[in-house]
Parts: sequence; C-alpha cells; structure tokens
Amino acid sequence: MIRLPYLLFFSAVLFSAGVYGVLARRNAVLVLMSIELMLNAVNVNLVAFNAYLRDAALTGQVFALFVITVAAAEVGIGLAIVILIYRNRETINVDEVNLLKW
Amino acid sequence: MLSVLGQVSGGPAVAHGKLLFRPIGPELILVGVALAVMLLDAGYPERHHATLALLSLAGLAAAAAYSLSLWSWTGPTTVLGGMVAADRFTVFFRLVILGVAALAVLLSYQYLERADEVRGEYYPLLLFATAGMTLITAAADLIVVFLALEVLSLSLYLLTGFSFRRLASAEASMKYFLLGAFSSAFFLYGIALAYGATGTTNLAGIAHGLTGQVGPLSLALAASGLLAVGFGFKVAAVPFHMWAPDAYQGAPTCVTAFMSAGTKVAAFAAFLRVFDVAFSPLIWDWKPFVWILAALTMVVGSVLAIAQSDVKRMLAYSSVAHAGFILVGVTAASHAGIQAAMFYLAVYPAMILGAFGVVMVVSGRGERGLTLSSYAGLARRSPLVAAVLALLLLSLAGIPPTAGFIAKVAVFTAAIQSGHWPLALVGVLASVVAAFFYLRVIVLMYMQEPVIAGGQREAETGFDAEPGAVGSLGFVAIAVPALLTLIFGVFPGILFGVLKSASIIRF
Repeated sequence: MIRLPYLLFFSAVLFSAGVYGVLARRNAVLVLMSIELMLNAVNVNLVAFNAYLRDAALTGQVFALFVITVAAAEVGIGLAIVILIYRNRETINVDEVNLLKW
Repeated sequence: MLSVLGQVSGGPAVAHGKLLFRPIGPELILVGVALAVMLLDAGYPERHHATLALLSLAGLAAAAAYSLSLWSWTGPTTVLGGMVAADRFTVFFRLVILGVAALAVLLSYQYLERADEVRGEYYPLLLFATAGMTLITAAADLIVVFLALEVLSLSLYLLTGFSFRRLASAEASMKYFLLGAFSSAFFLYGIALAYGATGTTNLAGIAHGLTGQVGPLSLALAASGLLAVGFGFKVAAVPFHMWAPDAYQGAPTCVTAFMSAGTKVAAFAAFLRVFDVAFSPLIWDWKPFVWILAALTMVVGSVLAIAQSDVKRMLAYSSVAHAGFILVGVTAASHAGIQAAMFYLAVYPAMILGAFGVVMVVSGRGERGLTLSSYAGLARRSPLVAAVLALLLLSLAGIPPTAGFIAKVAVFTAAIQSGHWPLALVGVLASVVAAFFYLRVIVLMYMQEPVIAGGQREAETGFDAEPGAVGSLGFVAIAVPALLTLIFGVFPGILFGVLKSASIIRF
C-alpha cells in the first residue's frame, strides 16, 4: 500500500496545479478543465483517507462518487455557458469578457 | 462550549431499519412540483405562464405548510443515517427561504412578461434552487452540505444567464459559474481534510472527534480554513466577493432579488451549523480568521458601494457589506450571537429582496434605467414606490424604527458581550459610511427634479408616471417586504420569541 503522505502530497500538487491553471489561463475551457483537476485532487484525497482510516462505512469512496457526479453536472452547465458566450461574442477569453466591471 | 451553542447527539447515528423521510418533506415537495412544472411546460407548449407561476406558488406554500408542521417534530434529531437534522433552526430558515422564493415568483412573473422571456424552465430552476437552499439549512453531514450547495449553485448559474441574449447576463453567468465552481473545489478540499482529521463527514461526529483530539490539529485547522473560504465565497465575504457585483448586476433583476436574499440565508445557515457547532472545539483557531473576514467585508463593501453609479451594483456591494454584519454575529459564536445572526438573516432578505424588487419595477423593459440618475424625482412620478424604496433603504442603512436597526443592534451587542468590541466599532463606523449611499438615493428621489432630456425620459427609464404601470403583483412583492421590515422593527419581540427555541442547533 502506498503511504498516506505521498498520496496527500500528490493530491496537494494536483490541486495547486488546478489553482494555478484557473488563475493563469485565459481560455474559459482551460479554466474549466483546471477546476476539474482541483475536484479530482479532492477525490484522490477522499479515497486515500478512506483507505488509511479503513473506514467501514466507505464515506470517502461514496463521497468521491458524489463529487464525480456533481463534477459531470458542473461541466455540462459550464460548457453550455461557454458556448453561449462564444455565440454572443466569438471569444471565450475571460479577459475580453469584461462588460461588467467596477 | 458545546452545551451552550448546540446539542450534539452521540456520534453519527447510523439508524438501520426505519428511514424517516418526513424531515425532508419540504424538499421532496419542492422537487416534485419542479418536475411537475417542467412536464407541464413540455406537454403544453402553448404557454400558460400564469399556470406555471401559480403551480410554483402552490408548491412553495405546501412546502412552507409542511415545514411548519415540523416545528413540533418529536422524532430523532437526525434522520436518514445522521444526514439530515430535524430541528427548529431548520424550520425557521426554511420558512424564510420559502417566503423569499414566493416573493421572487411574483417578481419573476412580472419581469418575464415584460421582458418577453417567458420560458418554461425558469420556474423549475427557481424551485430546484429553493430546494437546495432549504436542504442546506437541514444538512447534518458535509455530504449533504456539499450536494445542497451544488444544487442551489448550479440552478443559480443558469438563472443568472437566463436572459442570454443580453450580453451582460451571459457574462454574469460565466463569471458566477467559474468563481462558484472554483470556490466549490476549495470547499471540497476542506471537507476531504475534515474527513481525514476525524474519520467522518458527519457534523456531530466531527465535533466529537475534535473534542477528544490531543495530537496536532493541522489537518482539522486546514480543513476549517478551507471550509471558511468556501463559505466566504458563497456569502460573498471580502476578499471572496469578486463575483457578487458582476453576477448581481448582470442577472435578470428578479433573479438578483432571489439570489441575493436566498443564497445568503442558506449559506449562513450552513455556516452557523458547521462553524458554531461542528467546529466549535476549534473556536479559538477559526475565530480570528472570521473576525478579519467580518471586518474587511463590512468596510470594503460599504466603501466600494459609494463609488457605484449603477443601482444594482450599489445594492450588490451593500449586500456584501451586510454579509459582514452577519459575520459579526457568527464571530460572536455565543447563543446571543447565533440569535442575532438569525434575526439579521430573517430581516435582511426582506430588505434586499424588496430593494431589488423596486429596482426591477423602476427599470424598464430590457434592464434600462438602472443608473442612479434615473431615480431623480421618483417621488413625484410614483410616490408609493418611492416611499417603499425609502423605507427599505432606511432599513438597510439601519435607522430606527426599522428592522435593520434592531438587527444591527442585536449583532453588535452580541459581539460586545463576547468581548469583540473592536469589531463592533468597525461595524458601527462601516454603517455610518454605508448610510451615505443609501441616503443619497433617498435625496435623489425626493429632492431632485426628474432628468428629462427632450422626451428621452421614457426611453431612459421606461417607467410611466401612473402607478398602474407597477403591476399589482410586483407591488405586492415590494410592499410585503417593506411592511415586514416595519413590523419587525417596531415589534422585534415577535421574532425574538420564535428565535428562543429556533436558535438551538441540534443534531
């Protein structure tokens, strides 16, 4: 069995990569993918803790399934919104979508 | 500390055998009605807008009646394997949220008719969002908190972009979505760490696990910090407020009214339960963080609101500032603090929903007339609407004899009792700053001539002088909140009497 700290470290790196992607990417689809990366980092965490704690109730694994489901719904809605923006202004660069400010 | 703030039953109660569904009855009703409305719209595409709205209202009324019957619930405090709490705290918040949703339906009916955007999916989305909001107030497990949060957020992302032909609406939807999903990820990471620290996601279990803990608490501390960030986003606390002004400004005004009131109540209900009870063993660790959050939110929200020339954006920043005032009650983390925050959360939705309702009524078709200058001389054109808005703004500013004043006093008193007088001081100063921009609108309405630039007025505001133009439904939706702020301002005892038993969080 892989030791817990390695898994936590891996998950933290994955999460940080996601955060970096959200902050640094300007393409809305890539931002969306970075958010998915963050959610998957959480899944790794949940499953790792579940294995480490030997949780008989399988809370972590069940939770991970819920997260996957919700992430799927989120992507569905997110892509719909991105397509909407693209149809309206032919760009999905989040910096150019700046009608509302201050 | 536990015995003061709430009653926690022993560990996660995994009750095998009988599954009690009654405590989530209101949510089942809401989701059922939402599906019925959706099918009705699909089956009879020749739109009966009134039918859809009436059915939604009936569903909300049924859910409210059902919630009320749960006030005298005597069964176990948590049901469905410790997932859902059945306390009066929940009943109280459910009734507030259902009231908000009912008024929002009235506003929406008028808005959609006027904007010619009647599409059947609106009411189901509104009902799903309401179901998410009511469910989160009952959540006794972080899984339910997360799921309910997502149900309400996903519905609201779509509602925000509902007038998708308007560029601002689509843009608001995207910004709200990206930042909302981003914050959800932080929230989830916090949940995962809390699970790792205590071995359970059950709130009662977390409280127990943390009480007995003697070793390093780094995991639990990181968890509480990340959860606070997640909740901070949802309640729009500074520095996590960036989405709020954009989303509130771009969304259709009826949706803005609904989400500014509903989301805040729902998120704060969960905030109170998770932090003031489940994480209460770590109270001295998370308190400074929330303290700073509260102070920043009050000050930044109030100051930035002054600079706004768009009414919706100004109210959005004011709602940010109000999140700070409510956070003061959360920081107090005493019984009085919870009561004060709950009082605030009962009157704040009325004030902000009414204010956005007036904005909706005053602005013309297609979201025009939203600048501050279009409010000049409103009192002459439509005295009744101006009076309602003046009352609501006075309440938002916290001037007696309105409910906003009592709410602020209650929150600051609780903070001082808990020894946070500097926070109360910051709050009072922020209220003084905030009073400026509320009063500015009142001055504009009552003491200035309407701006008429060669017959441009009609195009600019799209609002006729005769009161009939307001629409009776819209008027009900703004008059009821105004009346409530007055009633609770003069007789706050009514609400505090209810809160005596509703403010005990049990699970």
